[in-house]
Amino acid sequence: MMKRLSWLSFCTFIFFLPIISSATPCVDENYFRGSGDLGVVIERATGSVLIIDTSSRSRLAEIDGLGDLSHASVVYSRDQRYAYIFGRDGGLTKLDLLRGEIVKRIMQAGNSIGGAISQDGRLVAVSNYIPGGVKVFDSRTLELLADIPAEFGNNQRSKVIGLVDAPGKRFIFSLFDAGEIWVADMHTPSSPKIIKFKNVGRQPYDGLISPDGRYYIAGLFGEDGLARLDLWNLDKGVQRILPNYGKGKEKRPVYKMPHLEGWAMASDYAFLPAVGQYAVLVVDSRTWQPVKRIPVHGQPVFVIARPDGRHVWVNFAFPYNDTVQVIDVKTMEIVKTLKPGKAVLHMEFTPRGEEVWVSVRDNNQVKVYDTETFAEVARLPAEKPSGIFFTARAHKIGL
Amino acid sequence: MKRLILLLFLSLALTAVNADDISPERQSDLLNLLLQDCGACHGMTLKGGLGPPLLPESLAIYPKDFLIHTILFGRAGTPMPPWRDFLTPAEVRWLVEQLLKGIDDEAS
Repeated sequence: MMKRLSWLSFCTFIFFLPIISSATPCVDENYFRGSGDLGVVIERATGSVLIIDTSSRSRLAEIDGLGDLSHASVVYSRDQRYAYIFGRDGGLTKLDLLRGEIVKRIMQAGNSIGGAISQDGRLVAVSNYIPGGVKVFDSRTLELLADIPAEFGNNQRSKVIGLVDAPGKRFIFSLFDAGEIWVADMHTPSSPKIIKFKNVGRQPYDGLISPDGRYYIAGLFGEDGLARLDLWNLDKGVQRILPNYGKGKEKRPVYKMPHLEGWAMASDYAFLPAVGQYAVLVVDSRTWQPVKRIPVHGQPVFVIARPDGRHVWVNFAFPYNDTVQVIDVKTMEIVKTLKPGKAVLHMEFTPRGEEVWVSVRDNNQVKVYDTETFAEVARLPAEKPSGIFFTARAHKIGL
Repeated sequence: MKRLILLLFLSLALTAVNADDISPERQSDLLNLLLQDCGACHGMTLKGGLGPPLLPESLAIYPKDFLIHTILFGRAGTPMPPWRDFLTPAEVRWLVEQLLKGIDDEAS
């Protein structure tokens, strides 16, 4: 499983041995470490992941055997020790970051898109395309607890996207083919209580939840605008925001779907990718009225706020995916354009945002930038890297 | 406009291409594009994602020119975008032929 043991001194978890399986103890019994500065980089083409350390900016281990990781994502156990990796092929892998080994791996569906971990850390949910629906597992054992088929119309099943955790031990997700948002109450994991919101808009392609867990927002591909659900006022139903953002503008082809996972909430604004336009849309997050349309280099994919909210970083779809732009939230202007290399797929900030890690797929590199000076401070080899996920996500709603 | 597209469509259908017209470097770029960028929606193993599977058995039911047309011009009402600005008709035909034969996973 482990290709590279560049971390012999680091990996001693003899302390934890009594409570985990019969894995071989690591070498140095006198050295302990936490995992709050660790993370995972997906190597999409080889079905492997890197375990990385953001403090030393280094690779600790490379783990393979994770199947098809095109479009993979990761959530973390609340102790930040275990990564749950959701693969395209329906694989769900529980990885022990400290031991650098796979604890358990199951194939839970034929085609998957992402997952979430519950508020209490006990449940891991996966959103599936085939068969369309959500499956919920015990985070400790990966035992199946609930199967929620995304049925609509005449026994059709929808692809499920935009799955997030929400306060009140709930999962929220959207049905791409049905145009619905479902809220699943998981207090009794074996029998989820589902509230369905129908006719939310055509082809919701991804969803996010605000960092405070109040608003769920699904982006729409089939029409302009986004569908917003206020979890404090579920009785008000789903409301449309930015309904006419593309009006009078030619819709450009979209060569990669935007991702809403990296909710860009900065100051009093939400920054959202336009679909079919080379623009980032700014919304006042108190009134949900449009504030500004910021023209950018291409179709935005990720629009992510630096943790302090002063800057928003944006990457782009093919054919402009060699570029990253930085928006200053104070002036709402682009203050920096970087060219990290061919096919920039993802960006992840260190927990307090002094650095950002950028995956450059076709360069087979992860580059680390200082977010104040924009200088490149490190470069790590990685095989066709895509998503980068740091353990700080463990304590954030919706990540 | 419709007639123009139809004409173009027909002329494509008549264009015979052989792989010799596409350099080995370009073939490798095209396969990388197919697995990595088309794979963003269709899955890197082409078993499907938001977009349908592109495996030989799933594509065999369609006429070859229909597949070429879909790639060049996109498919209205779906997220499939047109690739005509980045790929020549000959390159698309070559890609379709590779898809119908089946792409070797190691090919990228």
